[in-house]
Amino acid sequence: MSDIPFPGTGEALPLPVPQEQMAGLLGWLSSVDHKRIGIMYLLTGLVFFGAGGIEALLMRIQLARPVSSFLSPQTFDQVFTMHGTTMIFFVAMPVLTGLANYLIPLMIGASDVAFPRLNSLSLWLLICGGLLLYFSFIAGGAPAAGWFNYAPLSEKPYSSTVGVDYYSLGLLIAGIGSVVAAINLIVTIIKYRAPGLTVRRLPLFVWMVLVTQFLIILALPALNASLVMLLIDRRLNAHFFQPVTGGSAILWQHYFWAFGHPEVYIVILPAFGMISEVIPVFSRKPIFGYEYVAASTVAIGVLSFLVWAHHMFAVGLGHSIDTMFAISSLLIAVPTGVKIFNWIATMWNGAIRFTTAMLFATSFLIVFTIGGLSGVSLAVFPVDWQVTDTYYLVAHLHYVLFGGTVFGVFAGIYYWFPKMTGRMLSEKIGKWHFWTMLIGFNMTFFVMHFLGLMGMTRRVYTYPNLPDWGLLNMISTIGAVIMGISSLLFIWNVWVSRRSGELAGDNPWEAWSLEWATTSPPPVHNFDRIPPIRSRRPLYDLEHPDHPDWKNGH
Amino acid sequence: MFKNSVFTPASPQALSITHLTWIVGIIAMAILLLIMVLVLYAAFKFRRRPSGFEPRQVFGNSRLEKTWTIGALVVVFFLFIVTLRTMHSSDRTPAPGEKPNLVVIAHQWWWEAQYPQSGVLTANEIHIPIGKPWLVLLKSADVIHDWWVPDLGRKIDAIPGHPNHFWIQADKPGTYLGTCAEYCGAGHAWMRIRVIAQPEAEFKAWEQQQLEIPPKPTSGDAAAGSKLFDHLTCVGCHTVAGTPAKSDIGPDLTHVASRETLAAGRLINTPENLGKWLSDPQEYKPGAHMPNFDFTKEQVQDLVAYLETLK
Repeated sequence: MSDIPFPGTGEALPLPVPQEQMAGLLGWLSSVDHKRIGIMYLLTGLVFFGAGGIEALLMRIQLARPVSSFLSPQTFDQVFTMHGTTMIFFVAMPVLTGLANYLIPLMIGASDVAFPRLNSLSLWLLICGGLLLYFSFIAGGAPAAGWFNYAPLSEKPYSSTVGVDYYSLGLLIAGIGSVVAAINLIVTIIKYRAPGLTVRRLPLFVWMVLVTQFLIILALPALNASLVMLLIDRRLNAHFFQPVTGGSAILWQHYFWAFGHPEVYIVILPAFGMISEVIPVFSRKPIFGYEYVAASTVAIGVLSFLVWAHHMFAVGLGHSIDTMFAISSLLIAVPTGVKIFNWIATMWNGAIRFTTAMLFATSFLIVFTIGGLSGVSLAVFPVDWQVTDTYYLVAHLHYVLFGGTVFGVFAGIYYWFPKMTGRMLSEKIGKWHFWTMLIGFNMTFFVMHFLGLMGMTRRVYTYPNLPDWGLLNMISTIGAVIMGISSLLFIWNVWVSRRSGELAGDNPWEAWSLEWATTSPPPVHNFDRIPPIRSRRPLYDLEHPDHPDWKNGH
Repeated sequence: MFKNSVFTPASPQALSITHLTWIVGIIAMAILLLIMVLVLYAAFKFRRRPSGFEPRQVFGNSRLEKTWTIGALVVVFFLFIVTLRTMHSSDRTPAPGEKPNLVVIAHQWWWEAQYPQSGVLTANEIHIPIGKPWLVLLKSADVIHDWWVPDLGRKIDAIPGHPNHFWIQADKPGTYLGTCAEYCGAGHAWMRIRVIAQPEAEFKAWEQQQLEIPPKPTSGDAAAGSKLFDHLTCVGCHTVAGTPAKSDIGPDLTHVASRETLAAGRLINTPENLGKWLSDPQEYKPGAHMPNFDFTKEQVQDLVAYLETLK
């Protein structure tokens, strides 16, 4: 690294000093190092991804044929409830929080997060929440009222096992962990940036994680409060959500979706952030329209609080309310569309290298667009009146959450795995993983659009033998099996590459942000020294001393 | 493939939504095509050339940003306008005090239908006259359900404590299939709907027939079955007009033999299937509120004989 003097654009705050680490497993469990905590978040997400994936396959086996009796409806209802709850709260949330935890301090040139002990608390709250949720299986039955747990079905008279109680407690505990983690990351990003790293120079991943954390601290309390109310209803015979005794069934929906829609952006914005890091590096160009990508993220964040009742167009809230929420839901498509065009413009005239990370990022642009466009069709509420609560909606949400979040995360993991482990993931297995996933994913979910339009509702444990329903469902099930095999390829790749993958070196992708300026994996304290930061691409400036970005006014 | 779907509208309300679906679908396809062409073109055209090449570092272009932002705004504004148009044509707000022609009450896991003008009571198979918009009042007796018959128009939730209205209409005679669309517990998959649209005269005849009180059988298995029905727990949940059975926990059985299906679409209504259902309801509709009564073969035979008289 060349000897450019420290720029000194501001006083650095004292960095938290990480504690000495114990050896072995205990060292991991007791760690307050953001990198180890980040990896433990990721492993937690992976374990629950296995559980949620098995639940998905059980559902697809049951639905492969009409009038099947592989699973009883009681079992099927528990399985689909646990699948949704697991994937949202114990896969998407921990994986994204884990990546943010690992990467944010490195990307902003800090030695750890602001509150390392609190960070450890967040992780263990999340793990305990997940264990409580799964304990319900042996405590008398898993919850079976769906992941959004509508009242009064979730109330005692209709859900008499302890499942819903474990659901409430598990999510409450994990939710508190999420809020704590969000506060931690916000303080870290605001207070612990390296000198010279102004807000306008932050990597877009950091920008999007920052917006996401504000969404978490504003949205999660709505869920946490309603979970407490539901527990009071169920355990102390209150009447918040019980119409028979004067409560309101619709109230639960308002609370839940006031959390639930920002939640969708909580799990997609960090993926947008990863795509915004991966595409420029593999196109060898800076992100196109940095300010527009950052500003559109803030716009999405604000609008995400104004769209919740588009989940309730079938409730019968009246035309004026439906109209208001149609406006906000259509508007939120605009900043999202802007991002897609910026990503494509970044690739334009670039020198694109199709690594596995870039393959996932490129296909993200198309599969996420499919989910975005079906989302627009659902904002057009007369269409929603027909297709909501059908397999069309199941297709839509999986194109957004799998095609969006999971494809984005895969891109991110292939991109940052070398930094975390010092070794590259195998590109050969990676390409197999990518292509099987792309094929399996589209087979599983594309046909669901048609099933929905043909009248197949979601959450049915079986269906009558109507023309073509069996065929389309069988195609979907075969796709799901391919996705399962593909996921095993990914796990195998991680397992093999972690020990015997090609050595990565500090900066295998010739990337430009700060995390690539330290060793792979980084030392406990992250950086021995931080390069001068005079633009958004400090490492580009180091490589190109004759025409650095900051001389061109960027 | 799209028999009985969003694309086979059979009422003016459903037709206007189908038109809107096509408009939205074509616009969405066009945008998807544009994005796919751009991404795939970029992917093939701008692959990395021999090493050492560094593309020009372009940081953005405000004019382009404004172009696609405004473009996206124009598209969503257009969609909003067509949304409003269809909202009115597919879901007219009833005038205050407008009386419903039909009351539908959703139960776990069947549909109760009351015809307030004539007093007819039936379940799961809803008869309507063709060509007339009927106002339906939709209620729930327990949890949230959702009425959905794709050929006939919008779906709408049945919510306890929050009665809803919707319009039902069919242009042509026929049977239109639908189902409960909001997850409502173990029996959700078998809470199906049949709407049977009939010409006015045929519908009137059906109403007349539904109002008749079936004669009590006096001989044979049917008489024995009738006695069993009155003395066993059947009366605790069901109604049969002209008998002591007057409960509304389960479907009204006064004219059960005139229906096409059993257990909300689970089984075709034949004497054989009725016997199977009575022998073990949980086998066919697990979770149903009708328990397995462990009837003897003879009892089942008698009950079937009796219920088959309820035409």
